[in-house]
Amino acid sequence: MSEESRDDSVETSLHLDPYEKNWMRLTLVLLVVFAAAVTIAGFALGFQVPSPEERVNPQTVAKGDGPFADPGLREYPNGSYDLYIVSQMFAFTPNEVTVKVGSEVTFYVTSVDVQHGFKIQNTNVNMQIVPGQVSKLAVVFDEPGTYDFICTEYCGSAHAQMYGTLTVEK
Amino acid sequence: MLTNYELTKSEKSFISVHLLFAFAALAIGTFFGPLQAFEFSGVDFYPLLEPIIQSYYQGLTLHGVLNALIFTTFFITGFLTLTTIYGLKRPLKFPLLNRIGFWTMVVGLVMAAVPILLNQASVLYTFYPPLKANAYFYVGLTLVVVGSWIEGWGFVFTWREWRKENPGIRTPLITFGGLITMVMWQIATLGVAAEILTMLIPWAFGWIDGVDPQLARTYFWFTGHPLVYFWLLPAYISWYAMLPKQAGGKLFSDSLARIAFWLFLLLSVPLGFHHQFVDPGVPAGWKYIHAVLTYSVFFPSMLTAFTVIASLERAGRQRGGKGLLGWIPKLPWSNPSVSAQLLAGILFFFGGIGGLTNASYNINLVIHNTAWVSGHFHLTVASATALSFMGISYWLVPYLRGRRLWSRKWAVIQAWLWFVGMMIFSNAMHVLGLLGAPRRTPLGEAPYIPEEWSGHLLRTSIGGAILFVSAYMFIFNIAKTWWSKKLIVGPGEETEIPVAESVHPAQETPAKLDWWTPWLIGAIALILVAYGPQLIEQIGNIDLSSPGVMP
Repeated sequence: MSEESRDDSVETSLHLDPYEKNWMRLTLVLLVVFAAAVTIAGFALGFQVPSPEERVNPQTVAKGDGPFADPGLREYPNGSYDLYIVSQMFAFTPNEVTVKVGSEVTFYVTSVDVQHGFKIQNTNVNMQIVPGQVSKLAVVFDEPGTYDFICTEYCGSAHAQMYGTLTVEK
Repeated sequence: MLTNYELTKSEKSFISVHLLFAFAALAIGTFFGPLQAFEFSGVDFYPLLEPIIQSYYQGLTLHGVLNALIFTTFFITGFLTLTTIYGLKRPLKFPLLNRIGFWTMVVGLVMAAVPILLNQASVLYTFYPPLKANAYFYVGLTLVVVGSWIEGWGFVFTWREWRKENPGIRTPLITFGGLITMVMWQIATLGVAAEILTMLIPWAFGWIDGVDPQLARTYFWFTGHPLVYFWLLPAYISWYAMLPKQAGGKLFSDSLARIAFWLFLLLSVPLGFHHQFVDPGVPAGWKYIHAVLTYSVFFPSMLTAFTVIASLERAGRQRGGKGLLGWIPKLPWSNPSVSAQLLAGILFFFGGIGGLTNASYNINLVIHNTAWVSGHFHLTVASATALSFMGISYWLVPYLRGRRLWSRKWAVIQAWLWFVGMMIFSNAMHVLGLLGAPRRTPLGEAPYIPEEWSGHLLRTSIGGAILFVSAYMFIFNIAKTWWSKKLIVGPGEETEIPVAESVHPAQETPAKLDWWTPWLIGAIALILVAYGPQLIEQIGNIDLSSPGVMP
């Protein structure tokens, strides 16, 4: 290193290239557009992620008289459903469910042992199932057919076997 | 700054022993890659490995821990030892401290490896509780991290000494990037340290009855995303400050490179909730804030893309490249170190786009916990990082060992095979994820696999097989070089550490960009804002009622 360059009088600058400035502007515009898209989808169109619902004790939640002691469908007069599901190595209870087409189903899922995943194929329902927590999301089934719900988090040796089926009837 | 500085024999061997552990981890870790990939097409080799390896998940744990945690950490600490010493042109201030750090990592590695090999820690490299591992697995991982901290402190002490000796001089970029990597790592690993020290170790030893799995996830992902930058930043050091020299050019902008590194220090940590978009115990509002913060870290990534590509374009044009893209074939593709890193950069382009998708709040619902995610980080850690590290090794090993690379041709083919194998593999994994295939699942035995997935599952196997061949070509080439009898005689490209000059000398970069305090304060303040309220809330409501199971 030469003596001159130790001199603090060396002219300093960021040396921003015009292309570089435009690139940064373009990046900022892209990010604003993306952020606007997910914001509108999330807060105006209702595509939402799970939020805290309830804390439970994983050792007692499926016992006694709470909804998870008797998991399954609850149908409401307006045609919507609540569906309570218990996850436990290596099955969901219940693992076969039938609902009517066009109905809104609100899923409440918890675990009594380890973490699981809960993803309903061909829908936006995708939740981490964490012991001590209740995961909740709702979806409207407009298309009749069968929808697998699968465990998407490694939960032990037979994780690949863990799934259930939801049938949407006309 | 670019005068030659010859590392001492003991400095070279200290760095070499880091690499030896890194490559051994890579050799074992990549061995298990294709076993997963073949299982997807229904070909299960695991029964053949009994009784050494007893399950798919034991193999998957080895694959993740050895490749993503051990290979990376040992390579990075070794490489950054070199960038510290060589950049500052002085020996480590406390060589013993760095040795202690290194051997702490080795002890930790052994301690974690034994339970994994005994099938008592088949909890994968994310070790989500309440899946429970043998306590020594957690102790071992802790020691690996602590060892890497100690080595990082050694770099900082060395830099402070250099600073006293060289007031007013800009820290050389290769050293500067290494320091930022280690300081960021120090801050980021506080999350996993809290998880392991306050919950997992007391629980695994039986001192407490259970854990709070949600709080554990929050702690883990405090570290989990910046972990990706810990992997990437050393590759960026090479892309910014070394690759342009290897391509025959200069670094396009020293100041923008530094700004990008500072932004990574500032923004790497306060965005971990974007890994927890589907978690039940984190409010949607906080997830949204972290989504926006994750977008902001895309900015320094784009700066990096511009500066690295501009540097390469400049080099390619100097070599006679004409027209819009004519500079690309003019780059020295026959140099395996260059071709590996260029191909790593191309793969990372796709990784970056996928990363934006992952960060996108509600869009994440489509791909969360699916094969898309594994496909994504094979483009980041297994390409941008691993393939770049292979490329760096192609000059670093000859330099350290004083031996000629066994085969440059093999090395170039190896890099291309990695590229082709990864394109096939990661594309198939991304498609499978969009179709709903879960990650970390032996899909060959899953009962819910539709027929339409089979082509993609097969492509995963083919890609995995190509990657396996490529990985072992690398290991073989390095081993043949390491113990070769062909010593390098006399000066030349092979005895030189490639460090690029900047178009504008570093001394013309504003002095403020060499000033730590404001950036550190900013980083800590952002963490307090982005994480403080949720940490207070989740720690305040801690519930240790999950006793857990050893899988």
